[in-house]
Amino acid sequence: MNIHEYQGKELFRRFGVPTSKGIPAFTVDEAVDAAKKLGGSVWVVKAQIHAGGRGKGGGVKVARSIDEVRDWAKKILGMQLVTHQTGPEGKQVKRLLIEEGAAIEKEYYAALVIDRAQQEVVLMASSEGGVNIEEVAEHTPEKIHKVAIDPAKGLTDTEAEDVARKAGIPDKLVAQARDLFKALYKVFDELDASLVEVNPLITTKDGKVVALDAKINFDSNALFRHDDVVAMRDLDEEDPAEVEASKFDLSYIQLDGDIGCLVNGAGLAMATMDTIKLYGGNPANFLDVGGGATAEKVTEAFKIMLKNPKLAAILVNIFGGIMKCDVIAEGVVTAARQVALKVPLVVRLEGTNVDLGKKILADSGLPIISASNMGEAAEKVVAAAKGK
Amino acid sequence: MSILIDKNTKVITQGITGKTGQFHTRMCREYGNGKNCFVAGVNPKKAGEDFEGIPIFGTVADARAKTGATVSVIYVPPPFAAAAIDEAVDAGLDLVICITEGIPVRDMIRTRAKMKGKKTLLLGPNCPGAITPDEIKIGIMPGHIHRKGNIGIVSRSGTLTYEAVGQVTALGLGQSSAVGIGGDPVNGLKHIDIMKMFNDDPGTEAVIMIGEIGGGDEETAARWVKDNMKKPVVGFIAGVTAPPGKRMGHAGAIISGGKGTAQEKLAVMEACGIKVTRNPAEMGKLLKSVL
Repeated sequence: MNIHEYQGKELFRRFGVPTSKGIPAFTVDEAVDAAKKLGGSVWVVKAQIHAGGRGKGGGVKVARSIDEVRDWAKKILGMQLVTHQTGPEGKQVKRLLIEEGAAIEKEYYAALVIDRAQQEVVLMASSEGGVNIEEVAEHTPEKIHKVAIDPAKGLTDTEAEDVARKAGIPDKLVAQARDLFKALYKVFDELDASLVEVNPLITTKDGKVVALDAKINFDSNALFRHDDVVAMRDLDEEDPAEVEASKFDLSYIQLDGDIGCLVNGAGLAMATMDTIKLYGGNPANFLDVGGGATAEKVTEAFKIMLKNPKLAAILVNIFGGIMKCDVIAEGVVTAARQVALKVPLVVRLEGTNVDLGKKILADSGLPIISASNMGEAAEKVVAAAKGK
Repeated sequence: MSILIDKNTKVITQGITGKTGQFHTRMCREYGNGKNCFVAGVNPKKAGEDFEGIPIFGTVADARAKTGATVSVIYVPPPFAAAAIDEAVDAGLDLVICITEGIPVRDMIRTRAKMKGKKTLLLGPNCPGAITPDEIKIGIMPGHIHRKGNIGIVSRSGTLTYEAVGQVTALGLGQSSAVGIGGDPVNGLKHIDIMKMFNDDPGTEAVIMIGEIGGGDEETAARWVKDNMKKPVVGFIAGVTAPPGKRMGHAGAIISGGKGTAQEKLAVMEACGIKVTRNPAEMGKLLKSVL
């Protein structure tokens, strides 16, 4: 799960990470009020969407008067902000963060990530802030400094100071950076984050170390113990079909093709998409109905797939293990009837009670195209989607 | 022959009294030598009782001491599953197979740190388990699709393992052991570990290695295979069509920062001499071609 920058900064402040002062705004008037309340003479109007690259896309602007705050808020609120992370259609801006301007001395980069190979949380920092860190990692990896954190001890003073020094934080600010890094680790650890990123982390002209940005991703598996984090979820930032699917405990991801797929198991679901592509088609979605799908779940899955106006055909690919093929077949027949299915449906069943399942499909009188293996199923569904 | 488990393995089931634990314990007991293999269950509140004849103990240590079991399988719900692994490790078991899906990564990082220097091996979490056909099945895979033979299968995905098993069986071949290592980002045994075991197992002639997007474990295994493996290996990687930044069902199946793509993994595997197919319907056929 992701949250907005302003929410990330709220959490930062709660754990003692210094951030610039700011107030979220949902309307132009609120933006103006926020600027007045913050005071000063320079403000930053920042679009709040769940994607990076907002500055480059025109979603972050400096205002030097209240009128400029109003003008930028008008322009940014409601705009379709396109960044390298949003896709070409962009994302509509519905929230702003109004911040006091910061007198930046230098920009740095800091993050906490999980190193999967080492199975540790790693603190990373770099003198190259405010730029795309993936490019830094690619071209000048020596400029990224890391330390692995022992979960039993947490991030130690020595480790934090060492990384700060290596990243080029001036000596007199190392103690501040150390405390900031330690607080960031607390955010990461206590809130079950999967990523905490500050880009840029800045030193100011008046000698402070401040998190000018806040990006936090959370481990979905741990949300059950963080109601306060769940309350920050912004459904506007998520695909409506994916939100709907999550209500029925279906793992669904919208893609841009026209062949819907309904599969049991994440690996097989990905492999099914790959096979469709291999045979010249394009998958419309990833959908894993899980190990314990019921007729009701299958029906809901059909309804969600059919909301996609592009949908030209559906492939059901089930390797029944614990899930029996006859149960799935019943579900498919019920769903197809209930939603008055108009697009071609190809079904491949394998595993427990497969013959019974095939008989149910055949006896249903529905125009179901059956296939005996994945390759054949993909070939048939691609042909069906093209109207052949 | 086989790896990890065989007909003489004695198993403790942690979470035997839950719905999932009950269901799969019954299925496992009916498979192969299961009746003699599943010797104990654990539930601190039901010590002294039994589950359909399988005695229940209060702790793993007690179950081990009383039955001599050296392996456990875990069906405990996600909030308590990491603690269940810790308990099995502390009891000095040889192998812990954790089926549970949805364990927080933070819990697993702590558990893995505590396991350093201990002898216990961990399979999973978020995995289907392991099976040695006709002998023993520990986990949630359908037993009847398997057939005794000499093909080793290792995969991060449950249903893709079944797919490979089904294809191998349909070709008239069989499996020495089939092992699901699980779909989580922080787990126990990895492709490379299972590959080493298959390499040392005289009952395994060739291996199907199945991976998916996310992380770099397949690449690590492929490099090891290039330098050390004495047997043919074929492979498949799921997720060529997966969009970046999206978690594809499994917690670990995500392309992040442009890393962990299927294309990258396939390229490394091919460079290391592993024959790969882009068509998951042809894993069995490809395997047969290298025998």
